[in-house]
Amino acid sequence: MTLTLDAPRIVQTRALLQVSNVSKTYGPVKALQNVSAHAYPGEVLGIVGESGSGKSTLLRMMNLEETPDQGSYTLDLPDVQGNLFDLDRFARRMLCATRIGIVYQNPHLGLLMKHSSSGNVAERLLVAGERSFAVLRQKATEALDASEFPLERLDAPPAELSGGMQQRVQLAKAIALEPALLLLDEPTTGLDVSVQALVLDTLKRLQQDRKITMVIVSHDLGVIRTLADRVMVMRRGEVVETGLADQIFQDPQHAYTQQLVHAKL
Amino acid sequence: MTRVLEISGLTKGFTLHHLNNQIAAFDDISFTLDAGEFVLLKGANGAGKSTLLRTLYRSYVPQSGSITFQSSHGAIDLARAADVDIAHLRRTEIGFVTQFLLARPRVSAEAIVAEPLRLAGVPQDDALEQARQALAIFGVKQDLWRAYPTTFSGGEQQKVNLARALIVPQKLLLLDEPTASLDANARAALVNRLTELKAAGTAMIGVFHHPGDVEKLIDRVIDLTPDMIAQEERTDVAV
Ligand SMILES: Nc1ncnc2c1ncn2[C@@H]1O[C@H](COP(=O)(O)OP(=O)(O)OP(=O)(O)O)[C@@H](O)[C@H]1O
Ligand SMILES: Nc1ncnc2c1ncn2[C@@H]1O[C@H](COP(=O)(O)OP(=O)(O)OP(=O)(O)O)[C@@H](O)[C@H]1O
Ligand SMILES: [Mg+2]
Ligand SMILES: [Mg+2]
Repeated sequence: MTLTLDAPRIVQTRALLQVSNVSKTYGPVKALQNVSAHAYPGEVLGIVGESGSGKSTLLRMMNLEETPDQGSYTLDLPDVQGNLFDLDRFARRMLCATRIGIVYQNPHLGLLMKHSSSGNVAERLLVAGERSFAVLRQKATEALDASEFPLERLDAPPAELSGGMQQRVQLAKAIALEPALLLLDEPTTGLDVSVQALVLDTLKRLQQDRKITMVIVSHDLGVIRTLADRVMVMRRGEVVETGLADQIFQDPQHAYTQQLVHAKL
Repeated sequence: MTRVLEISGLTKGFTLHHLNNQIAAFDDISFTLDAGEFVLLKGANGAGKSTLLRTLYRSYVPQSGSITFQSSHGAIDLARAADVDIAHLRRTEIGFVTQFLLARPRVSAEAIVAEPLRLAGVPQDDALEQARQALAIFGVKQDLWRAYPTTFSGGEQQKVNLARALIVPQKLLLLDEPTASLDANARAALVNRLTELKAAGTAMIGVFHHPGDVEKLIDRVIDLTPDMIAQEERTDVAV
């Protein structure tokens, strides 16, 4: 039996995120070939696959940092219409600042390392139009608290913090505006195991308490297993297989997925 | 009787690509299940009991056949339903009780048990109150309720697992050796809870190490030993 499944019949809500038939070439490299992905409201989509398979490229597209050669992207949100790749730079920036949060593997991509941690979060709120200093401070503190950042270090710049703490600041920045979509690219890679567990736990809590739709890329299958409802497997810019997380891990259909899952068990 | 499940021609095997190998689990199984019915699955080790339960839950993908489930939204084939629909049914109508708890770091026993209620929209305080009652019923000591089950003994973890798995009444309940590693009191608590659920109309399919525990609940037995896949009306269950 192939896994080309019917459209949902019970769940009537539309997918929050829908990426359709996206392709992207960098010179000779086909980074993405005809990739489609979706996520329903509150769902966590995990993306796994070998190095260079196009995972980060896809995530950057979901964050509108990158435009594909072809394909479309829609978000089912109030006041958001049409193919988002058609938006101009300003509209993209506003949409990302207010509705989408991202955590990069490399904190240098997401943070100003010499500004205070609370300032990094507040900057996000400023872009979205918040001007009152008291409100900025308050909201930044709330977001850092929700990310389980130690509040006595609010004014410390990320440059002086550990990797796990930097990821929390990124996370706080990402969730400060209650985004509809949270994108995470290897959020725990490079952290030592105990710190990893804490970050994971924070994410799990956010998922449960706030029902934020998430797309998470990770090489760590344990992370994906813990967080993802559904998993998409990529190789060489293509989608190999998608399915419920337990199905992908327990009964992978595709030869490549079997290799991936068994190699890491 | 209200039909809950109709399984027809269900076949499952595993293709192990790297070994270029096929493992057959079961072939062409058909049976039905009504509300409030309890079916005992039996068969030797490796007969495919767990595989059948996991296929019904869609952790495993069948090769052919259909699994028609009468959901509260109408009939749906679990073998082909969209992932998002399966995920929804798992939260609301189809439960799976296994031998093992999926404990998570820094999540208390009562929070783990309350989680299915929270997902079903029950407010936090009510959910926690019900969770504590369930933990008490399964004999988890009160001083453990707020502790993290990652450090619990096997039996204690299993009690938490049962409390969680059975806290929200489901339409269909799949049970894979839920009594393994339980003491007698907890086994009795489990049987009580299953009796309640059965009376309330939950249809159940289960594998039990000691079927004697659930003897009074069994309506039918399905034997998955190859060439024995026949349904016996329950007369005298070999326990
Ligand atoms: N801006 C770019 N310019 C040129 N090539 C690029 C660019 N971005 C990505 N690529 C190429 O596209 C391919 C996919 O890269 P991508 O970063 O998406 O992979 P990935 O799946 O995230 O890998 P990893 O697991 O190693 O992070 C790679 O071959 C990469 O070299
Ligand atoms: N995920 C899997 N991948 C490959 N083969 C599997 C998988 N799960 C089960 N099998 C195989 O399917 C067959 C049936 O196994 P299953 O676990 O269903 O047996 P069982 O009846 O539950 O046995 P037991 O009484 O030992 O629990 C076995 O040969 C097993 O090795
Ligand atoms: Mg990458
Ligand atoms: Mg078994």
